Amino acid sequence: MGKFVEIKDLSVSFKVSGGLFLRTIGTIQAVNNVSFSIDKGEILGVVGESGCGKSTLARLILRLIESNSGSVTIDGTDIFKMSKKEMRQQRRHMQMVFQDPYSAMDPRYTIFRSLVEPFKIQNVPLPKAEKRKKIDEILELVGLSTEQGFAYPHELSGGQKQRADIARALVLSPQFIILDEPTAALDVSVQAQIIKLLEGLRERLNLTFLFISHDLSLVSYFCDRVIVMYLGRIVEIISADLIGNTPYHPYTKTLIDSIFMTTPGKRNQIPVVEGEVPSPFNLPAGCVFASRCHYVKSICREQNPALEKTVENGQVACHFPLN
Amino acid sequence: MSFLKVSDLEVEFRVDKNTVKPIEKVSFEMNEGEVLGMVGETGSGKSLTAHAIMGLSSLVGGKIRGSVKFEERELLSLAEKEMQSIRGSQIALIPQNPMTSLDPVYRVGDQIVEGLYKHVKISKRKAKLQVLDLMEKLRIPKPDRVFQQYPHQLSGGLKQRIVIAMGLCTNPRLLIADEPTTALDVTVQAQIMRLFKEMTVDKGIGLFLITHDLGVIAQVCDKVAVMYAGNMVEFGKIETLFNTPRHPYTKALLECIPYIGMKKGTLNAISGSVPSTATYPSGCRYHPRCPHSEPQCENEMPPFINIEEDTQVACHLYQEKKG
Repeated sequence: MGKFVEIKDLSVSFKVSGGLFLRTIGTIQAVNNVSFSIDKGEILGVVGESGCGKSTLARLILRLIESNSGSVTIDGTDIFKMSKKEMRQQRRHMQMVFQDPYSAMDPRYTIFRSLVEPFKIQNVPLPKAEKRKKIDEILELVGLSTEQGFAYPHELSGGQKQRADIARALVLSPQFIILDEPTAALDVSVQAQIIKLLEGLRERLNLTFLFISHDLSLVSYFCDRVIVMYLGRIVEIISADLIGNTPYHPYTKTLIDSIFMTTPGKRNQIPVVEGEVPSPFNLPAGCVFASRCHYVKSICREQNPALEKTVENGQVACHFPLN
Repeated sequence: MSFLKVSDLEVEFRVDKNTVKPIEKVSFEMNEGEVLGMVGETGSGKSLTAHAIMGLSSLVGGKIRGSVKFEERELLSLAEKEMQSIRGSQIALIPQNPMTSLDPVYRVGDQIVEGLYKHVKISKRKAKLQVLDLMEKLRIPKPDRVFQQYPHQLSGGLKQRIVIAMGLCTNPRLLIADEPTTALDVTVQAQIMRLFKEMTVDKGIGLFLITHDLGVIAQVCDKVAVMYAGNMVEFGKIETLFNTPRHPYTKALLECIPYIGMKKGTLNAISGSVPSTATYPSGCRYHPRCPHSEPQCENEMPPFINIEEDTQVACHLYQEKKG
């Protein structure tokens, strides 16, 4: 048997139209030849700055948008080969928790109704007698009370809403959950509560997570392995334990140097990287990070480096890796 | 001579025949050229404190009490007209969201010039030259071109630089920055923060930095005020506060932040949630969530006391240091 989730050569590009008659004026290669795998029970992190394709990748894997090429295999079945009907049945095994808990729930549904809805959509029998019990169990699992189940989303705080959002992802007992920046809109103390909740859930239910975030400290704490993305490409895959000491890609190092640590005195004196992420419009040949890299040489602008093996299941795409 | 001295600042609003005080008992002092940080979670009253200092809360129907002394002048007793001459020219505010604080239908250059023209006697042509010069100092690439552009044509980092230029163009004595980097990517945040330090500290401009990010505070500020539910709970020098946090809330908050190399499962969360303005508990507002809570904490609001030089805390666990 292969890996639990296997992603091969996944790519998608979007046409951008503009001008008179809305002609196609360019393409954005949002996700470019991405391959990786996730073991059962693993938490894999995806980190990168805005526009690097993290969320698009999540949507591709769940087939919420169609890819141009590549394949996604979950538990041995290629989901891109499924018919619409099969796909709908498959969806109960793969769920997503969204970034913004304020807009992810239907404002006119009580939490209870939002949690019952997946059963109706998936035609999973839920006898009336058991309904209350089942929903109460789920609410308790995520740390909400029965009364909060009867609340509307606007009556809950951000953290409670995110708990409800997680509950909704869990009701049909999926195996694989994608968490798209689940704590980006929350305060640190609430973020800590949600992360602790997710840690507990993974252990109790043996879940597999793909955890997307722009916060490298959080990802390195919560995940087992981390994928670093830049402009639609994977630049590095690295074990979370190694990321602080031996990053291989200069971009990973840049991200680490950009973190403001809560240890005063250790002021970041390292020169910060200049410039911003370039527009993903019609990317030039060569390494995507070449325009901002401190170590750039002429080959970097001509040839795109392939992902090469490093240590502990790690990979890096760089002509001159740091370690 | 103290530069900025805020004592017992409170703001009162009337909501449906009830009065609420979103901030109460806020006192701190800031010396010339210092960087003062204010940290707290959503709704803790950080932005309101900034608005109250600038006399902005009274414009939306709030009553400001207490005292705000800026270079020995009592700001709260000034007439609106006098306040207007200080606001923008001597005390400038960089608002929270650069995406919404720029007017979308005016060229960004004209928006900066407008502020300068309003407060300083200067010809339009000279004002433009001065603004271009400032834009160059803020490392805005091709200032001539950017001057002519509209906000939607600029990236987040550039927009933030424009807003900073608006704040700095009149050479204020005090700059209040309300979450200036919250919407930005980490690499851009690092650039902007370095710029902030160069443009303020090196020129003797006082910086009052509001953020929810303790990492930014630790790396940028000299002193920090910690807010919880509208009260200031701790105030002190950066080194003292981060190395030996006194208030149980400050301690817990620091333990909520993941860092690279943190051992899995060791993240701490504060149970419960931040109370809303209408439901502030009696006594110490943190007591329902505090592990050291005693009957005294429920009944009596702890006074804000000196426990060490430059270190103040509002907690019954500590005794005032005499002498």
